[in-house]
Amino acid sequence: MLQIPCPWCGVRDETEFRYRGDASRSRPAADAGAAAFHAYVYQRANEFGWHVEWWLHFAGCRRLLKVVRHTESHEIRAVTGPQDEPPAGPP
Amino acid sequence: MADTSPPQPAPARRAASGRYSAWRLLREGLTGQRGWTRAWAKAAPRPHYRIVIVGGGGHGLATAYYLASEHGITDVAVLERGPIGLGNVGRNTTIIRSNYFHPDNIRFYEFSLKLWEGLEQRLNFNSMVSQRGTLNLFHTEAQRDLFTRRANQMRLLGVDAEALDRAQVRRLVPLADLDNGRYPVLGGFLQPRGGTVRHDAVAWGYARAASAAGADIVEHCEVTGITQAGGRVTGVQTSRGAIGADLVCLAVAGHSSRLAALAGLTLPIETHVLQAFVSEAVKPLLDVVLTYGAGHFYVSQSDKGGLVFGGAIDGYNTYAQRGTLPMAEEVAASAMTLLPGLARLKILRQWGGVMDMTMDGSPLITLTPLTGLILNGGWCYGGFKAIPAGGFTTAHLIACGTPHPLAAHLGLTRFASGHTVDERGAGPFPYAH
Repeated sequence: MLQIPCPWCGVRDETEFRYRGDASRSRPAADAGAAAFHAYVYQRANEFGWHVEWWLHFAGCRRLLKVVRHTESHEIRAVTGPQDEPPAGPP
Repeated sequence: MADTSPPQPAPARRAASGRYSAWRLLREGLTGQRGWTRAWAKAAPRPHYRIVIVGGGGHGLATAYYLASEHGITDVAVLERGPIGLGNVGRNTTIIRSNYFHPDNIRFYEFSLKLWEGLEQRLNFNSMVSQRGTLNLFHTEAQRDLFTRRANQMRLLGVDAEALDRAQVRRLVPLADLDNGRYPVLGGFLQPRGGTVRHDAVAWGYARAASAAGADIVEHCEVTGITQAGGRVTGVQTSRGAIGADLVCLAVAGHSSRLAALAGLTLPIETHVLQAFVSEAVKPLLDVVLTYGAGHFYVSQSDKGGLVFGGAIDGYNTYAQRGTLPMAEEVAASAMTLLPGLARLKILRQWGGVMDMTMDGSPLITLTPLTGLILNGGWCYGGFKAIPAGGFTTAHLIACGTPHPLAAHLGLTRFASGHTVDERGAGPFPYAH
């Protein structure tokens, strides 16, 4: 069971959240072309290690959070709001 | 594909395990079981092979076997990081079936099912293929319509599918609670030819056959780099030294992204964990593979008597080969809803395996942008049943350089061209497939 420290609600169980995928990507400009959109929609770094990802706190504040989590140890290093840049840490 | 490899020394003479038969069993029984030899040879890597297959799981070993049997290519190495058979080929819930919806998928998995049906005779190895039937229950009228559509699609392509009403389901699975208030069972669809296979014996059977044909199976050999020269792959760096190759095939589902990254490629894959469970052994009480339609739950009874069951992926990116408790609880809840009689049964073991979850839920058997690199991966949680067809069509792709017609829809370029094969219609969200 993950314990996610929501900046608004405090530490909550993972069952209050919905996973919403890789948060490291940003939508290309409308005229960026098909290759850029293909990469945005389909290609994933699929990190072995620290992964920036979206979690929706659907059973709490209903905010979308940016979580930095390790994909093998599941340790959570940082949780921020959706617009924030998570603090840099060790690679 | 032209054979451009330098002449190789003849492979060392292998310990022949001989032909397995009832006569042999009798003879060994009468002579103190002294005549059994190793089923397959543990090889040390040579400096160069025509084909290097990375990953000694079901698909890698099957590919090596079909390269030899269908294409006469035996200058092949299968490199495995640990011992063979400890990855996903030994972690699944052993189900085989071909009840898909997309015609391309039906044809591919039906071909696999046909190979399963003849596999033991072909490999001379008892894989305990048991066609006990797979029964999918439905709980709403909309779900019945959906399943009917799928069954019709299957029957149009010559695949077996039968609609069962409640009375027939009750006769087949007396254990199921058909009348629970929330999700009453309205009926089911049976694929009589579906069933289970002893999964470890699949790895061993293919390893034995591939080894006897001349392929080298190299254990404890981790690939740490993919070497390139002149725009093509020339071999791999491993924990046991550099190994040259005319062609490298990755068959490392769960870790495809990491291996592809060594070659500078990014794939349409996320890695997720799927759990499986086995209960204590009980007397025979379930003789079909049963799936629940109102949740993600599937169960069968092993020959040892334990109930083998599982559910959905845990749902977030992870490379950890262990499951988490919320999904274990959900699977147990589904089991209780459908089979309340199991309430006192103890779960003996629980484990996890990591899956390549692709963006459309369908696998990849494909050339890559890099010449000399072929990928077999992206199996989501359906890789086990596909092992014979996956190995067969991957061997075809390696030997001929063009996709096998049955796997032509599994190419990497389908995402850019819009030809995704999204069985579930869930969109480009791996956690939703």
